[in-house]
Amino acid sequence: MSTSLRINGKSHQVDLPDDVPLLWVLRDDIGLTGTKYGCGVAACGACTVHINGVAVRSCQTTLGDVDGDITTIEGLGAPGSLALIQQAWIDHQVAQCGYCQSGQIMQAASLLASNPSPTDADIDEAMRGNLCRCGTYPRIRAAVHSAALEMKEV
Amino acid sequence: MASIAKIARRSFLIGSAAIVGGVAFGAYYVSRPAPNPLKPGKGEAALNPFVLIDQQGVTLFAPRAEMGQGVKTTWAALIAEELDVELDAVRVLHGPAAAAYYNSAFIGDALPNRGYNVSDFQHALGEVLGVLGKTLNLQGTGGSTSMKDGYTRMRHAGATARETLKQAAANQMGLDRDQLTTANGRVQAPDGTSLSYSELAEGAARLDPVKAELRPKSEWRLLGKSQPRIDMVEKSTGTAEFGIDVRQPGMKFASVRMNPRLGAAMNGFDATAAQSMPGVEQIVDMGDGVAVVASNTWLAMQAVEAIEVDWQQAPYPPETDQIFARIAEAFDDKPNSTMRDDGDVDQLPEGASEIRAEYQLPYLAHATMEPMNATALYEGDKLTVWCGNQMPTFTQSKCAAEAGLESEQVDVHTSYLGGGYGRRVEFDYSVLATRLAKQMPGVPVQLTWSREEDMRHDFYRPGAIARMRGAVKDGAAVLMDGKVAAASPVAQIMDRIAGLSAAGPDKGHVEGFFNPPYAIPNFRMSGHLSDVQIPVGFWRSVGNSFNGFFVESFLDEMAHTAGSDPMEFRLALARKEWAPAAGVLDAVREMSGWTGQTPKGVGRGVAMCYSFGTPVAEVIEVIDEDGSIRIKKAWIACDMGLALDPETVKAQMFGGMAYGLSAACFGEITFGGGEVEQGNFPDYEALRMHTMPQTEVRVLETQKHLGGAGEPGTPPAAPALANAIFDLTGKRPRRLPLMHDFDLLV
Repeated sequence: MSTSLRINGKSHQVDLPDDVPLLWVLRDDIGLTGTKYGCGVAACGACTVHINGVAVRSCQTTLGDVDGDITTIEGLGAPGSLALIQQAWIDHQVAQCGYCQSGQIMQAASLLASNPSPTDADIDEAMRGNLCRCGTYPRIRAAVHSAALEMKEV
Repeated sequence: MASIAKIARRSFLIGSAAIVGGVAFGAYYVSRPAPNPLKPGKGEAALNPFVLIDQQGVTLFAPRAEMGQGVKTTWAALIAEELDVELDAVRVLHGPAAAAYYNSAFIGDALPNRGYNVSDFQHALGEVLGVLGKTLNLQGTGGSTSMKDGYTRMRHAGATARETLKQAAANQMGLDRDQLTTANGRVQAPDGTSLSYSELAEGAARLDPVKAELRPKSEWRLLGKSQPRIDMVEKSTGTAEFGIDVRQPGMKFASVRMNPRLGAAMNGFDATAAQSMPGVEQIVDMGDGVAVVASNTWLAMQAVEAIEVDWQQAPYPPETDQIFARIAEAFDDKPNSTMRDDGDVDQLPEGASEIRAEYQLPYLAHATMEPMNATALYEGDKLTVWCGNQMPTFTQSKCAAEAGLESEQVDVHTSYLGGGYGRRVEFDYSVLATRLAKQMPGVPVQLTWSREEDMRHDFYRPGAIARMRGAVKDGAAVLMDGKVAAASPVAQIMDRIAGLSAAGPDKGHVEGFFNPPYAIPNFRMSGHLSDVQIPVGFWRSVGNSFNGFFVESFLDEMAHTAGSDPMEFRLALARKEWAPAAGVLDAVREMSGWTGQTPKGVGRGVAMCYSFGTPVAEVIEVIDEDGSIRIKKAWIACDMGLALDPETVKAQMFGGMAYGLSAACFGEITFGGGEVEQGNFPDYEALRMHTMPQTEVRVLETQKHLGGAGEPGTPPAAPALANAIFDLTGKRPRRLPLMHDFDLLV
């Protein structure tokens, strides 16, 4: 059965069963590998993407459940045209192994879209679902705060 | 592999006794140059295995696994410092699996000395023996060795390439080499004219390499200063390619289920239900497991779960309690090692008070964020393997053996690693991808493990037990007598790599047990090896991860028995033994404003461990938050001798601590019916944004030798936390994870 998806501003047709999680549609069919598989049970946040601007776990969102425009890390910004939050990540040298960072950035972007001045407690609450085994949390926190400040100046 | 096994059998003797024989035997192999794996095309010059110049510019090779520790950047900076190129103007690649990329620091670290107190002679011996790494084809990343390995060799690689390029320019310009200067990838003449390295590449390739002296530290542009990591843009935009992101034309996706009773075989399976599931293309018998090839990884995972399999029984006791009872039996045998035996521990000093304690630590999984995976393409006389791995040459030879090919017929492409922590030292996942690819010639296949498969098929940090006896007198430690029992990762890995059985004292088993830099006059520490057959491996900081907990928890108990402040108690012992160990304790005392007193509702603990050449002290502060324990703050001080990139060192320190704290709070692998009971992050939690403490790191540079960074932040984390919890609650943690005995904030 063919399903139509709008991803990063482009339309895609996929031919997969309705119960396939969006994560695996993106990675294995569309070829957008920036979104990562970590746990498959919504316990790590590595697969976070936006649907209509809101962070969701793509490992728990089936193809049949998608009801809006999808944005992945590739759609947020690219090496030559970085989103402000990605620049903050680079300025703070956040990533270590880097595997979880697509999900961290997508979650943080969603937080800042709904709350332009998050407190430490807001960051704790919004980011606690995103696991990082390298322990980059202090730099993630600093990057979110500095992205919030930058956004005010733009 | 036969030749590696033969060489290894002789050379590994350096770990025990026969140093002279080992070197003499090794000399022939060592003196043969390893071939340059870079094969330059027309217009390209591979000036050595680490520097390739073509018409597009300069490419540096950093053949070490980038698993988050920043090695790609700092390794390249070592070369760039002398080559006079800027990091943002060069390309940095990992390169192929090759003997020329041997690790020269693995073997020096295996010498049976305490590390911190080695003489210059012993240190030099370690460096000389390091070239045996080439003989053994030891290309690898681990043991916090990369900077020790690359520090001198890579600067020489850069300096030699620079001088050779200058000679080519001198020949072309009709000038003397010493009239020329270099900067920004160009050679410049006194009159201001200049030639780019690209323009000089062909001429330089025809010259013999020109040797050069290394620049003094005072002239460094890059080293010792924090550099922007060259993987940071990729890792912030989803464009960094991990093993799981490899995509090849016509590639199929697969998943696997191997026997959850580790090391046992399979009686048979019924794949009827799986065969008709969507997307399924092939069911493959993997010997002691099954795999499904499909059009999509998730469809493959669903189908492989639907196969009914009849597994054989595990070769170890099936329940956790039985496993630890078996480990404890090792105490009845004579010790494998007693690498510390000072004074007389059998005689209790007059007037001293004696204490005893037993501790037990669980098996642990690595739980890298990226589950195990590899991609392989078998084409009859050729095999190509793509994966993140810490040991390219072993991956190459093991996959070759699986495919029935020679190593030369196997290309290994090493991508970024979504976490290593020692897990990707192993080659099981690459061998399985090869086994699968061999069944489908000409088709590239990516084999991805589910999170559950990953957690249930690890090479675990061994479960360990310690029996400690100590004595204090007049507020000071006068005796420590310890025994540790656990299975040996070193012994298992020697067997997995080369089919060797290890002999002699097993240093990895007692790292951090026999050599804490404390002057205790009567001090004996013994290691007892258990033969329990659960697969174990190198988990970030290896033996130090349990030994650091045993020693630093027990020292804390001794301090309290002595009525002494735990910080002062340690400082008195460290000052007499090794100044840098006292230095890091002094630093965290000052940073944390340690007074030895904490208000009600607040607890503080300290621990100091020396591992991989670096002493690290940590102070952890916990608070009672509405009945739950929150890890509020942490202070870390390390002494690297030389911090080649201070911000990267800091990241490794707080990251290493977070890894240790995660395990201390929540980490355990237990067994039921011979199978691992944990499967996913809800069963194997870790620190998260809201549970990570506020952390301050100080990097000291006082000691004589260059220390490692990737692992030393881990060992002090668990004991510092346990000591803080004792300070808060009055209850002494003698087993982990803490979540079983304390109400931790989750």
